[in-house]
Amino acid sequence: MKEVIGTTGLVMNEPLLWEKGVAGRIGFSMPRRDVPEAPLDASLTGEGPDFPDLSEVDVVRHYTRLSQWNYGVDTGMYPLGSCTMKYNPKTHERQAALPGFVNAHPMLPASMAQGILALMHELETCLAEITGLPAVTLQPAAGAHGELTGMMVVRAYHNDRGKPRHKILIPDTAHGTNPASSALCGFTPVPVSSSARGVLAQETIAAVMDEDTAGIMITNPNTLGLFEENIRAIAKIVHDKGGLVYVDGANMNAMMGIVSMGAIGVDVMHLNLHKTFSTPHGGGGPGAGPVCVTEALAPFLPVPRVVREGDAYALSYDFPKSIGKVHAFYGNVGVLIKAYCYILSLGKDLKRVSQLAVLNANYVKERLKDTFHLPYDRPCMHECVFTDKNQEAHKVTTLDMAKRLIDYGFHPPTIYFPLVVHGAIMIEPTETESKETLDSFIAACRAIATEAAQSPDTLREAPTKPKVRRLDETLAARHPHLAG
Amino acid sequence: MKELNELILPDDVRFTEDHEWARREGETVRVGISDYAQDQLGDIVFVELPEAGSTFGKGDEFGTVESVKTVSELYMPVGGEVVTVNEELVDHPEYVNTDPYGKGWMIEVKPDDLSEMDALLDRDAYLRQLEG
Amino acid sequence: MRYLPHTGEEIDEMLRVVGAKDLDDLFSTIPKDCRRTRDLVLPGPLTEWELNDRMDALSAQMRVPPQVKTFLGAGSYPHHIPEAVRQLLLRSEFYTAYTPYQPEISQGTLQAIYEYQTLVTRLLGMEVANASMYDGATSLAEALLMAIRVTRRKKVAVSRLIHPHYRRVVETYLLASGHEILYLPALADGTTDLSATGDLSELAAVAVQSPNFYGCIENLAAAGETAHADPKTLFIVTFTEPLAYGLLTPPGEFGADIVCGEGQSLGLPQSFGGPGLGMFASRNKYVRSMPGRLVGQTVDKDGKRGFVLTLATREQHIRRERATSNICSNEGLCALASAMYMACLGRTGIRELARLNHDKAEYLKAGLKAAGAEIPFAAPTFNEFVAKLPPGFGEKHARLLEKNIVAGLPLETYFPELRDHALFCATETVSKEDMDALIKEIAS
Repeated sequence: MKEVIGTTGLVMNEPLLWEKGVAGRIGFSMPRRDVPEAPLDASLTGEGPDFPDLSEVDVVRHYTRLSQWNYGVDTGMYPLGSCTMKYNPKTHERQAALPGFVNAHPMLPASMAQGILALMHELETCLAEITGLPAVTLQPAAGAHGELTGMMVVRAYHNDRGKPRHKILIPDTAHGTNPASSALCGFTPVPVSSSARGVLAQETIAAVMDEDTAGIMITNPNTLGLFEENIRAIAKIVHDKGGLVYVDGANMNAMMGIVSMGAIGVDVMHLNLHKTFSTPHGGGGPGAGPVCVTEALAPFLPVPRVVREGDAYALSYDFPKSIGKVHAFYGNVGVLIKAYCYILSLGKDLKRVSQLAVLNANYVKERLKDTFHLPYDRPCMHECVFTDKNQEAHKVTTLDMAKRLIDYGFHPPTIYFPLVVHGAIMIEPTETESKETLDSFIAACRAIATEAAQSPDTLREAPTKPKVRRLDETLAARHPHLAG
Repeated sequence: MKELNELILPDDVRFTEDHEWARREGETVRVGISDYAQDQLGDIVFVELPEAGSTFGKGDEFGTVESVKTVSELYMPVGGEVVTVNEELVDHPEYVNTDPYGKGWMIEVKPDDLSEMDALLDRDAYLRQLEG
Repeated sequence: MRYLPHTGEEIDEMLRVVGAKDLDDLFSTIPKDCRRTRDLVLPGPLTEWELNDRMDALSAQMRVPPQVKTFLGAGSYPHHIPEAVRQLLLRSEFYTAYTPYQPEISQGTLQAIYEYQTLVTRLLGMEVANASMYDGATSLAEALLMAIRVTRRKKVAVSRLIHPHYRRVVETYLLASGHEILYLPALADGTTDLSATGDLSELAAVAVQSPNFYGCIENLAAAGETAHADPKTLFIVTFTEPLAYGLLTPPGEFGADIVCGEGQSLGLPQSFGGPGLGMFASRNKYVRSMPGRLVGQTVDKDGKRGFVLTLATREQHIRRERATSNICSNEGLCALASAMYMACLGRTGIRELARLNHDKAEYLKAGLKAAGAEIPFAAPTFNEFVAKLPPGFGEKHARLLEKNIVAGLPLETYFPELRDHALFCATETVSKEDMDALIKEIAS
């Protein structure tokens, strides 16, 4: 392989915030006082929070140094399966920071907020076109929040028909958020297994689907990176028993312009704008999890909804069957702006995004399948799942190999998920990685497999190049130390 | 992970298929998890136990044991009233790893029906299950 | 397209490796009847420069400060944000990272969140805080669900003076899971009537907001005593304006079991209501029942201090349907922003800024009173308050909009009995001049 991209550099130590500073410093330009001091009952006031006093320079150096201990998509390839860590365009930061948007109070009269309402309305229209589901709410603040909203809609639909249902089918490959979100709506998750081909079989669904089952929650493509090819037949079984089909859109990056979810029998789905639509993940959020539904489910969507009245836009609460509100205001508008910009920048080329995402994943799969064990050797969608079976003989695990990838300058893939694959290594390269980056990632994986056979201790000791080495998670959990 | 021949499986306890052990101590029965179970779970970080005085049937869940990334349910080997719980585990969950049959015990039960002990696996039967 | 690096030759070469004849062939495992038959119909593609024009035009359609003078609070507050915070947030090692699953290359995020958790506990007087929830409303809903789990009770008492949007979210969450809500009415002084809780032994929690939706500072000592009259009932305090706790005694000192609310005030732009920051703090004894992520301190193999995500067994990816919440992505970058903001202010700064907010609002209150408004609620306030305006206020409010003044939030929509009442907010961002202009308009 060519030169390894991972290396070491001058990284600074940096204490905790409150280990710095001197009382009396300030890092804030205090606005001029133009009003007199007003009396305030002393019994109401405290001593003020025990914050450190820092100068602006103290604060800037602190966070600059901390940032250098992090790895982001801008640092390098981040093939975290099911997370779609694609490049986050810089122009989005400019657009979301425009003064008309950031200075907008959410309770401004609609007449003063036409720009953002128009944007939200148009974004809904775009998401409806991409999913094939005509009604959209932008309110959920994350994927799991979208799932919860979607399941509340499912619950409201059954209740509205006077036939409350209590169970929900969830495949064993599902993200943990699926059962957790359903449980919050009072549904009992019924696990269903995928077949030896790694997808759901209609017989399995037919055997468990009944009239107390609200529907099924499917991730499609699933977490093995495979398209659920029996989806139409499964949807028919579920619909025939009066149930609804929910699709977790976490993996929509493979599907844009390829599959219309509405057309294949899906009733409800959420999208992760921080995955498919390239809004940055922010080290944990904020995301956005819009929910798209059929016309029949539209009355149950959260309020307020953006409505068009002639040439003007307004927020309407006039939906008596709505589940209510799931966010104090209208969701993570700043994130919505970025996703809207992404769609405008790509237009119909979103199909090419999905094609190249799938090409990249299949390329990695083909070129690594002689190195790592590939449990489902079939064409994949946007991600592929390997295991550590070939390295078992050397007593080297998925974790060891993942940690060693860090030394080579790559973010590790998702590991030990999906749970149905023992020692899973789930790779999602995304479409924004070039062939040469993929080639250097593949070369690193091959080099690591060689090391696993020849010098396994190198892997067990990895990583050695970052600021810290492997951390003691047992200590952290046994004796939680959560605040300083 | 330990090989089967490295496991400690004492003769004076009985086992469940879910890897709890039960040891008769006079009128009561002490309960914990087997060496195999602690080894599979890895470093135990937290044990959630019921309040003394609670009663459960045989096979009921009485608590959970956690490692860094797993949670496993604990099931009653025999039905009865929990008379004592091992408070030491609050600060020292690692006892379950280092001394699963001794300092790592979890609860003491006053059984409703002592004969339920007879239905549990002895050392050899448990080992056969592990080999199975 | 500049985000897609593949050349035609590279695509051909990669297709050969994969064994597909063209890009469409990659989707051969998708049955024909599942494939889209027509192309996407979407606007664009726009060049970067066309996008700028389009977005500038949309932004220009907004009538917002500084062009417009708004006196709106009600859960979203205008505050000055230091440029240092804005620029530090653009460190792309922070904003282009995922949740810190690989701690060795995420120490920046992890230490920053650990610091955030600590600053939140210090601000609110609590023992432990999580790494954030979506917003104030969902953090309150999650707090109530947590109380229900801890106490195994089904019913909660919620003050009617909690932000009406928060109450609506709480209803959506709690009713979906089959729980019951008892609303506590308002007293004449603008605080919550705590005598209405009824049989406490049925209640999982008593929840109040302070400062409440009327801007009034609740008597947290009395509320805590009421809630704790039953030893199991949890006392929950929520807030929409955390800056208040730069000055006021924090809820933790009144024995609150959970303190949660919206952190937007601390360094986040209003951005039409989101992204915000759900702050969530509690007591150590409840830590294993808390929703959301937690960062903990530990050591690495060489004994060096480091940080990891911890107590993950509470969470959905491990405990699935038995998890303490379904939350996964949170508002990490917003938490980071608020930590930066709190670091800029420091103890000295936050106190002075909070005091200035209070004093501005008092100036406006006095001015409106002199202009003929009544101040119907006697309880002390922080940076917002309710005023009752002379009859016909609705029309005046509309007329002032034409003059680019938003004269508070009319309250009749939320509280039908409060006709001609409006909620006014004055932070450090409004000048005396702006307030004088509003007062003059009201008086005229």
